Amino acid sequence: MSALDLLQIALFLGLLIVCTPLLGGYMHRVFDGERTFLTPVLRPVERFLYRLSGVGMKKEQNWKGYAVALLLFNALGFLFLFLLQLVQGALPLNPEKLPGVEPFLAFNTATSFVTNTNWQAYAGETTLSRLSQMLGLGVQNFLSAATGIAALLAMARGLARKSATTVGNFWVDMTRATLYVLLPLSLALAIVLVSQGVVQNFNPDVKATTLAGETQILPQGPAASQIAIKQLGTNGGGYFNTNSAHPYENPTPLSNFLEMLALLLIPAALTYTYGRMVGSSRQGWVLFAAMMVMMIVLLAVMLLSEFTPNPVVGAAGSMEGKETRIGVANSVLWASATTSVSNGAVNSMHSSLSPLAGGVTMLNMMLGEVIFGGVGSGLYGMLVFVILTVFIAGLMVGRTPEYLGKKIEAREVQMATLAVLLPAASILLFTALASAIDAGLSSRLSAGPHGFSEILYAYTSTTANNGSAFAGLNGNTPFYNITLGLALWIGRLGVILPALAIAGSMAGKTVVPVSSGTFPTDQPLFAGMLIAVILIVGALTFFPALSLGPIVEHLLMTAGRGM
Amino acid sequence: MDHGLKARPLFDPPIVRRAVVDAFRKLTPRQQARNPVMFVVAVGATLTTLLLIVDLARGSAANPAFDLQIALWLWFTVLFANFAEALAEGRGKAQADSLRKARQEMSARRLTGGNGNGREERVPASQLKKGDLVVCEAGDAIPGDGEVVEGIASVDESAITGESAPVIRESGGDRSAVTGGTRVLSDRIVIRITSEQGSTFLDRMIALVEGAKRQKTPNEIALTILLSGLTIIFLLAVISLRPFAAYAEADSGLTRSTTTVPVLIALLVCLIPTTIGGLLSAIGISGMDRLIRRNVLATSGRAVEAAGDVDVLLLDKTGTITLGNRMATAFHPAPGIEQVRLADAAQLSSLADETPEGRSIVVLAKDKYGLRGRELAAPHVQFLPFTAQTRMSGVDFPAQNGRPPLAIRKGAADAVRQHVAMMGGRYPGEVDALVNRIAGGGGTPLVVAEGKEVLGVIELKDVVKGGMSERFAQLRRMGIRTVMITGDNPLTAAAIAAEAGVDDFMAQATPEDKLRRIRQEQTDGHLVAMTGDGTNDAPALAQANVGVAMNTGTQAAREAGNMVDLDSDPTKLIEIVEIGKQLLITRGALTTFSIANDIAKYFAIIPALFGMLYALDGATAGPLAALNVMRLASPQSAILSAIIFNALIIVALIPLALRGVGYRPMSAAALLRRNLLVYGLGGLIIPFIGIKLIDVVVSWLGLV
Repeated sequence: MSALDLLQIALFLGLLIVCTPLLGGYMHRVFDGERTFLTPVLRPVERFLYRLSGVGMKKEQNWKGYAVALLLFNALGFLFLFLLQLVQGALPLNPEKLPGVEPFLAFNTATSFVTNTNWQAYAGETTLSRLSQMLGLGVQNFLSAATGIAALLAMARGLARKSATTVGNFWVDMTRATLYVLLPLSLALAIVLVSQGVVQNFNPDVKATTLAGETQILPQGPAASQIAIKQLGTNGGGYFNTNSAHPYENPTPLSNFLEMLALLLIPAALTYTYGRMVGSSRQGWVLFAAMMVMMIVLLAVMLLSEFTPNPVVGAAGSMEGKETRIGVANSVLWASATTSVSNGAVNSMHSSLSPLAGGVTMLNMMLGEVIFGGVGSGLYGMLVFVILTVFIAGLMVGRTPEYLGKKIEAREVQMATLAVLLPAASILLFTALASAIDAGLSSRLSAGPHGFSEILYAYTSTTANNGSAFAGLNGNTPFYNITLGLALWIGRLGVILPALAIAGSMAGKTVVPVSSGTFPTDQPLFAGMLIAVILIVGALTFFPALSLGPIVEHLLMTAGRGM
Repeated sequence: MDHGLKARPLFDPPIVRRAVVDAFRKLTPRQQARNPVMFVVAVGATLTTLLLIVDLARGSAANPAFDLQIALWLWFTVLFANFAEALAEGRGKAQADSLRKARQEMSARRLTGGNGNGREERVPASQLKKGDLVVCEAGDAIPGDGEVVEGIASVDESAITGESAPVIRESGGDRSAVTGGTRVLSDRIVIRITSEQGSTFLDRMIALVEGAKRQKTPNEIALTILLSGLTIIFLLAVISLRPFAAYAEADSGLTRSTTTVPVLIALLVCLIPTTIGGLLSAIGISGMDRLIRRNVLATSGRAVEAAGDVDVLLLDKTGTITLGNRMATAFHPAPGIEQVRLADAAQLSSLADETPEGRSIVVLAKDKYGLRGRELAAPHVQFLPFTAQTRMSGVDFPAQNGRPPLAIRKGAADAVRQHVAMMGGRYPGEVDALVNRIAGGGGTPLVVAEGKEVLGVIELKDVVKGGMSERFAQLRRMGIRTVMITGDNPLTAAAIAAEAGVDDFMAQATPEDKLRRIRQEQTDGHLVAMTGDGTNDAPALAQANVGVAMNTGTQAAREAGNMVDLDSDPTKLIEIVEIGKQLLITRGALTTFSIANDIAKYFAIIPALFGMLYALDGATAGPLAALNVMRLASPQSAILSAIIFNALIIVALIPLALRGVGYRPMSAAALLRRNLLVYGLGGLIIPFIGIKLIDVVVSWLGLV
């Protein structure tokens, strides 16, 4: 690993820190309905949309109303996408004449995009028509991301408000998130990506004859626009099956750098937005710091593992599964970023990572996707852990635990526990099922611990709404399409709904004024405790599973044995 | 002094013996189901035992000695937790027993046909009804809770309070409440019974110390939810472990699984938070118990918890912050008056004044000017006691031996000014200045006039108790604001507040003001604690989050508060807050400790379970044996050591649970850092050492 690699990583993280208050501050103004530089252009559009849909801009919902709106919206999005795929053969914009998608796969794919996961059991260019990609997946890329942001906003308001009953208006939050944040950013990124050579057209695929005389198909399509949002909206579903390893998705070092930055941009900035919303930037920065520290430490483990010579093959920095134009360091940085942030776009094969590095990508997801995490979802997931941390450690100062001056009581603990319990149950039980029956085992590419990792990774990735694939496992079977689809829903709603319930009960509480007897939640010590709780809960839940996958594989490798 | 409530040693042999028996009695499913974490352990223990019996019966047991030891230690885990609870309860039960002795069947002398002139009849105390009038004379036991409606008596309340010095109970005023089970030592009083038999103070006290009606407090409920959640998560981890292991065992060609049901149950029990789960109720009970040992009765655990959250203390100035009696500290003569004349007049006017203030004037005049108290023949001299109307007291001398009649008055400045003006005298401006200066300095000025001539001012001062300002500074560091309540004027109040170092004060406070203040603080999000004794304190006591009624107070006050201080010491409020905090800290510390313990247990059990996986042919260990960082002797001893450690740590922590984590007043941040270091880091490290040591012993004894 060269000094240049380190310099680039430092530059990357530094730029992320700089962007956080800029974008975060902008989003705070947007979601508070204040004036921004885009207001003159977008406010009329926003008002028009409200008039069209009959949404009262000032009419707020309580948490249940908010949750019902969210569920309804997701259900409709799912149905639309599901049906669209089934009948795509009869619809226009289908130059490759692709048939309708098989129902199990359509269920899985629709769920996957509505839950902001973009787990791809299908191969984009050979399964979905241009119309399905744009009108179906492309639209959900925006809406699912906006849903995550909306849920976070509701939770932040719940924590910030005193003796309130409402947590905001779902429709307004959705509209603003899409209109003021996701669309302008994607537009800008898409234009830059096109300048780097990412394709953006409606042409049919090009057949080319290579120098060796083989015919090669060069897929075409509106890729740049979808890539921009799949990165920014932490969706991760590439236009092409090999995702950002594909030269048409990620052609240059600059495009690679920007795509990585885009992936972390909004989740990181939302911490600042949150701090502003609850009236103390420090509260946001503490969460940012906790996320950053975890990301750097786990990235360091991955780099160390990747650059340590593999005793079986005798080489350090294995290029297997990686693009030469991207290199090891950038592949690992991307792998760390994409699994920390529940994005799931990949620029290398995670299956080919060294066992420990692959294990870390899984751990990133098992921790609940709270290291920046998905847009909105990362932070509300983190806030669930904040509540648990405050409850466990807060007692040690001799007061009923409180966060932002509000007492953490049975209801919040119950919901926070549920939000940790449901995803853990999904990952463990589905993996246990799949590793015990033929329908699960037959999809593996490898046997032994690596095969186990393939299964574990699939359920972890879907439950965490990450969407990245370990590669190797054939997920397109009825068994996997159904169980992974269920994992997707559990991972999404199993956290959103408890988070909203917490928002509802916290909103109604009064605030205990801060004194020197208050448990401090804006200090480095708290960030440290938060990290400890996340790591311990994650490690305790998944240590046995990880020990039978990546850990044993790593130990076998260091003993000089391959499987 | 022998009575029920004061300190007993932590492990009193009779209580321990009783707790051992109770630990077994608590093995019923109903008892166990109250605590989800320990319920899982009990189910695990039962299952392991049944499996062992079935295996033995079939002759298919692979390693019955090992399985038996696991089963035994699982039962021990359950028993140790039961023992902790029984021990905490036992202390209360022993106290209840000695209280019951005070409730032995008493008879009452009930008055019939109206107060005073009615006839008397003897009835058993149990037949008394609310509103009955009873007579008690010297030597009689008071048959029930009530209010003195006639007479005054000294009462021995040691059965309740442990205080052997008798107390005065009299009709009217704030010292009218009497408690059933106490004994009249002198005089005769008539009592109106105020509570039905079965719900008297003594009954409630017995129920409280016994923990008979103990309900889980809000924070305990929240913690139980978290612990149950963790238990379910670990249950999932262990349940899924079986297929995971089967997958790996099939792949490594192992024919015999190491993940047997007893081993999995052992792993589960090690992982679920049994330490805090087993000690949770003991912590709660002992919190109440610590209050009782300080002679404070809390009506519910909820009140104890709320005490920890309190961040505003309303403290009555008198008796809490100051010694309570204003003392004369100086004589300030008016212009042209000799100091000794003022002192003489002041002393004369106070000779019959038996209040501490009056006595202090006599003493000061004697000490400073050598003026002796004189016998004044009663027929000639007329003393005028202080009344609320005149707001003056004094003495009148008739004309005698050629001396003109003489009237000395002392009292509040404006009262004396009126008096002098009425007599046609002049009230000098200098005296006004003096009066203001004294009041501004926190003193109470008493103006003395002889006839129509103003002689000067006596300065009375309220003396602040020693060490109070340090105490308040300490509270401030803990984030607790103190508000002094006083009936004094604002100037006096401000001066005493400054001297005592309280954060805020309320001058000329009426009970309504207090109530309003409490409501205001609560609207601002604060939790308020206060003490009170009078009937007019009752609304404020009921409104406060923690209302501590003095035992000497009225029945109404005792009913309104959620705690009763048997010593009637208002300063104790500060200790009560500390006990509340200690209770919460103990829970938090043991929760953190319990969770941190799991890391080491994983490092003991995972390599034990998976150590043989993917081993090369003929090798004794596979790659995962590398996780055996403690170098435990064998997989079986590793599992056994972990489960033994898990059981013994409960016993080891019982003293901590009963005594509570040491609490020193400091800021939350400092407290957190300290406790995290001790219980977080300690919880991480200690089990590594403990399990290793147990493993050494287990191997040495050849248990596996």
